[in-house]
Amino acid sequence: MLTRLNQRFSSLLFSASPEVPTGLPATKRTMLAAINNALDTVLTKDQTACVFGEDVAFGGVFRCTDGLRAKHGESRVFNTPLCEQGIAGFAVGLASYGVTTIAEIQFADYIFPAFDQIVNEAAKLRYRTGGQFNCGSLTIRAPYGAVGHGGLYHSQSPEAYFAHTPGLKIVIPRGPVQAKGLLLSSIRDPNPVLFFEPKAMYRASSCDVPDDDYTIPLGKAEIVKHGREVTIIGFGLQLLSLDKAVTRVEKELGITCEIIDLRTIMPLDMETIEKSVKKTGRCVIAHEAPRFGGIGAEIAAKIQEECFLHLEAPIGRVCGWDTPFPLVFEKFYYPDENRAYEEIKRIVLY
Amino acid sequence: MACSRLFRNFALTVKLPSVTTHKFDSGLLPTETVTTKEELMKYFNDMFTIRRIEITSDAYYKNAEIRGFCHLCDGQEGIYVGMEAGVTHDDCLITAYRDHGQAYMRGETPHAIFAEMFGKITGTSKGKGGSMHFYNKTTNFYGGNGIVGAQVPVGVGLAFALKYQKKPNISMIMYGDGAANQGQVAEAANIAALWKLPAIFICENNKYGMGTAIERASANTEFYTRGDTIPGIRIEAQNIFAVRETMKFAKKWGVEHGPLWLEFSTYRYRGHSMSDPGVSYRNKEEIDKVRATRDPIEYVKHLILDNKLASETELEEIQDKIKEEVNKAAADAKKDPVPDAKELMTDVFSHNRKYFIRNVELKDSALI
Repeated sequence: MLTRLNQRFSSLLFSASPEVPTGLPATKRTMLAAINNALDTVLTKDQTACVFGEDVAFGGVFRCTDGLRAKHGESRVFNTPLCEQGIAGFAVGLASYGVTTIAEIQFADYIFPAFDQIVNEAAKLRYRTGGQFNCGSLTIRAPYGAVGHGGLYHSQSPEAYFAHTPGLKIVIPRGPVQAKGLLLSSIRDPNPVLFFEPKAMYRASSCDVPDDDYTIPLGKAEIVKHGREVTIIGFGLQLLSLDKAVTRVEKELGITCEIIDLRTIMPLDMETIEKSVKKTGRCVIAHEAPRFGGIGAEIAAKIQEECFLHLEAPIGRVCGWDTPFPLVFEKFYYPDENRAYEEIKRIVLY
Repeated sequence: MACSRLFRNFALTVKLPSVTTHKFDSGLLPTETVTTKEELMKYFNDMFTIRRIEITSDAYYKNAEIRGFCHLCDGQEGIYVGMEAGVTHDDCLITAYRDHGQAYMRGETPHAIFAEMFGKITGTSKGKGGSMHFYNKTTNFYGGNGIVGAQVPVGVGLAFALKYQKKPNISMIMYGDGAANQGQVAEAANIAALWKLPAIFICENNKYGMGTAIERASANTEFYTRGDTIPGIRIEAQNIFAVRETMKFAKKWGVEHGPLWLEFSTYRYRGHSMSDPGVSYRNKEEIDKVRATRDPIEYVKHLILDNKLASETELEEIQDKIKEEVNKAAADAKKDPVPDAKELMTDVFSHNRKYFIRNVELKDSALI
């Protein structure tokens, strides 16, 4: 997958977003450099901010925090011991005191010991204190998603577990430009945010990312490609397979597809989705996480609630299979452009 | 408890009970302290108020007017009053669900406490938290937490924030003998010790985690040793002065040196919660014995009476007055309005979205 990314530049993953002002001075950056730049911006402008997690001090296992400790000091960028539950609880306490807290979970697969702290503490603090306390200044970053060889515990997409919890926001960028803008918004949003970074994208090619401070709003999906016959919904690295599948389908069937990048999983931008589906009458949702109970299920339920009379076909889903993320079988498991192509074609020809 | 009156109506020297320590020189702690009539009367007043809040809560709960879960702290009052006597409201406090005593000592009126339990809008959390979730931002009281042990790493985060912002304050992190076996407590201890945070860990050992005696739950019941490299002290927490002096010391230590791992030996007369009669796993003789020999209110009462600082009648009058005030607070709170239906949806996020709430009659539905 990574080699294919390097060979074929996908315009969708490296496109800018309409909210980003054009003509700004920019530098070519990979996604990890864009994230690094966003963290640097926050540490520079917000003196209460600190960044911590396992191994972030030397730069992190993906280099996202490279150079930050040297620049901003060891009291602001530091390592924690290996204890996700402790890290998350500690982060909740810090944030509830008003510190801009950016915690890293080394792989999203490791987030589960912290599940209680995130779901029971972070998400519910504002509610159970009647608004007296909150940990809105908390952002938890974690690399997620398939990387080609990750196996069970370096490939998972846990967004659905957390989307089920009121009180959390979940944000997933598709490319370097979005990563910087969405991360800055996430850190500044007065609610606890989980920021999942598609790890396969970290180093996969680069594009111009504005040097200035800019934000992309949360809770707003982006139509990355306009079309008439079918709405395709995805996020993160899936935009790559969808781009390839759509190119193939459009050529073969002579149609145009509308592709939506969710950008924010929670809260969902149903307005953009509904408008699109009412226009096209058909929808396919894609995600790497397993099919049952995935985000696609909730979006499909909502679409049929709001757009029932506009639908020409059932809502299609292209997802990971309902199995643990396999090592040797990754190619079978992964919802790639072939599976997306089949599903889009099925729905269009229904 | 040998005491000597130095001057009439002035100061009383009180000898403190002995302590047990772990990786810590007990010589650093005071062996006696001084108190005044004013202090004793205040401690008596505060502890008895907490006792009456608990007794009144019990009555309302049994009448099904307080619902849900309710964990009372009769017998442990000396801890909450003693702690506040040794620290200030700039020191952060976080505890578990047995939080009525802390709520009162951190500035919540009995009215607000009852209102929260009754589910009224005038409650400390607008009625959305209940008995386990009292908070007070102005006095740095971070609750009130339902998940066992979850408050411990959160408390370490508070300690870090205090140190990070160079405040001369500590974070007091309370948890019980049952929570001591939570993995995240060990994680929190490690972080606090590693970074020398002003985190004062306090295990309220009341001998039972719900219905499980400590011997049946913990391989190591010397809870004050379980901070490993963190110096530990076990005190007799039924003695309010032991608590006060330990916390005064802890505050200084926390800011200058780092964490302390305290164990407060205490006892609760009631069961774990209102659903637990509290007698199936221990016998009544044990409870009565503690009431007779280690009650924190009786201790202060005896000091007052033995030193003729007030008469039996005067104390009874005070007790009656407190009883009446607490009863009135509860009765008044009962009349407060319940929160508006829209409060169901507020405080989920920082901005309150509008939701369509369908009522029983469609015409009464609203966008709130």
